[in-house]
Amino acid sequence: MSEFFQQLINGLAIGAIYALIALGYTMVYGILRFINFAHGDVFMLGAFAGYFLSPVVNRFLPAQSYAGGAVVLVLAMAICALIGMLIEFLAYRPLRNRPKLTVLITAIGVSLFIEYTCQHDAVFKAAPRKFPELIPFTNWHLGGLVLNTNQVIVFVTTMLLLVALTVVVQKTKVGTAMRAVSFNEQAAALMGVNINRIISFTFGLGSALAAAGGILFAMNYASIDPLMGVQTGLKAFVAAVLGGIGNLPGAALGGLLLGVVETFAGGIPGLSNYRDGIAFGVLILILLFRPAGLLGKLQTEKV
Amino acid sequence: MLEVKSLQVSYGAINALDGISLSVKPGAIVTLIGSNGAGKTTTLKAISGLLRTQAGSIAYDGQDITNLPPHQIVKLGISHVPEGRMIFANLTVHENLMMGAYLQKDRHVIHGELELVFATFPRLKERGKQIAGTLSGGEQQMLAIGRALMGKPKFLMLDEPSLGLAPLLVKTIFEKIVEINHQHGITILLVEQNANLAFEISQYGYVLETGRIILQNESKLLRQNPQVRSAYLGA
Ligand SMILES: Nc1ncnc2c1ncn2[C@@H]1O[C@H](COP(=O)(O)OP(=O)(O)OP(=O)(O)O)[C@@H](O)[C@H]1O
Ligand SMILES: [Mg+2]
Repeated sequence: MSEFFQQLINGLAIGAIYALIALGYTMVYGILRFINFAHGDVFMLGAFAGYFLSPVVNRFLPAQSYAGGAVVLVLAMAICALIGMLIEFLAYRPLRNRPKLTVLITAIGVSLFIEYTCQHDAVFKAAPRKFPELIPFTNWHLGGLVLNTNQVIVFVTTMLLLVALTVVVQKTKVGTAMRAVSFNEQAAALMGVNINRIISFTFGLGSALAAAGGILFAMNYASIDPLMGVQTGLKAFVAAVLGGIGNLPGAALGGLLLGVVETFAGGIPGLSNYRDGIAFGVLILILLFRPAGLLGKLQTEKV
Repeated sequence: MLEVKSLQVSYGAINALDGISLSVKPGAIVTLIGSNGAGKTTTLKAISGLLRTQAGSIAYDGQDITNLPPHQIVKLGISHVPEGRMIFANLTVHENLMMGAYLQKDRHVIHGELELVFATFPRLKERGKQIAGTLSGGEQQMLAIGRALMGKPKFLMLDEPSLGLAPLLVKTIFEKIVEINHQHGITILLVEQNANLAFEISQYGYVLETGRIILQNESKLLRQNPQVRSAYLGA
């Protein structure tokens, strides 16, 4: 029984990270109707931002402190928000009125560009690096369960970010504008909404969440490299489709669910070798049996 | 107030507007009628900046607004209630109205506008929290107009407000349009297929046919024009 809960905790921890990344895929899809395949690379850049920021922040704040960790997280999110907005501005905005396939292929190009630039010796190099310990590490034993600080931080940070995102999207003017643009761009423009600004904001928001995911991932898996966004990014994309692409609660649910399923399946003897393939099995099943995703619904419009 | 000169708009190779000119005087209700595909919607979209023009010019209050982006045109006080209403079906009624006041920063002004809209369409007040997509067709039209009024426009363009509504409701909506024109002093450009009603409430009219203005005159004279009567008034 305790093993069950242990697996559940492990699954939810990785699932929370998928959820953070999946939100960015789904937000961009909601507004521009394409998959930003470079999003997984922003997740990677978030982890690297944390790697390089940590020693700088430690000059002002003690190493392995919660304050220091929080500052690293917030700065990395801000940097990646800017990177995300820059990607949109340079690569996608010029193609705004082109066929979606053109944009999709461009996204793959942007992704490859980031991955191979970052692997260059003058940039991050291809070899994995050890991620610094941002916060004091402790193992907690609860009954038969082991829970470490990094896992707790994943849950706490993800919860806070999900609440913040919900408030932004549901309660603020810019969030209402995001929902309006995603429903009907022309109508939103007629209200005086500067569409480009809302799209830019959406990329910034999604990229900040991906950066948070990158830091949390690196804290738990200790090793980072320029290709770390490939597989995790694809899985988060599956999570977004699982929850219903374009649907925010769906992305969060899809991420958590995928993390749990993957972790449990990985624990089954004989299946553990296929752990990383499970996400794609889930994708195929979803596309076959519930293409709109768990929470997605086919929208009908009244005329 | 609005001065359109030799406006030309095309969709790829298709020429939708072939050099049309029209003008709207402050305080007036002017109507633009024409059959399906004549180019009425295209005209309004070009004025509000949703479509780019190939040639010609659009001036508003003496200022050239040709090919400005829509959000800058809205800022000048031009509001466009699009064909098919285009309300935000995923937002509540209240959120839709707030989107209408997107450029307005002053809370008091927004509140004042909201009261005016509720005075015109009391139904919207009762439905504040309802998801707009679940409103009836008539209520959606009221919301579309109310949302446009939230921006405190000086010039309002309406694209077939009678579309898909029962005759009684059409009458109500047209009464509201007159009320908006009289009480709020908002100049109106009304696109309609219901030529009868449109001529009744407007002072001046234009008849559009395949991208060209074929007739223009005072509405009461257009109503008696034999050509208009046979083609648009079913006489
Ligand atoms: N997006 C588009 N792409 C290509 N052609 C278009 C497009 N929109 C409109 N057209 C064409 O432009 C012409 C004018 O269309 P428009 O919508 O302005 O007509 P309308 O007078 O508003 O008609 P209706 O009364 O049916 O609304 C039509 O021939 C139409 O087929
Ligand atoms: Mg039309």
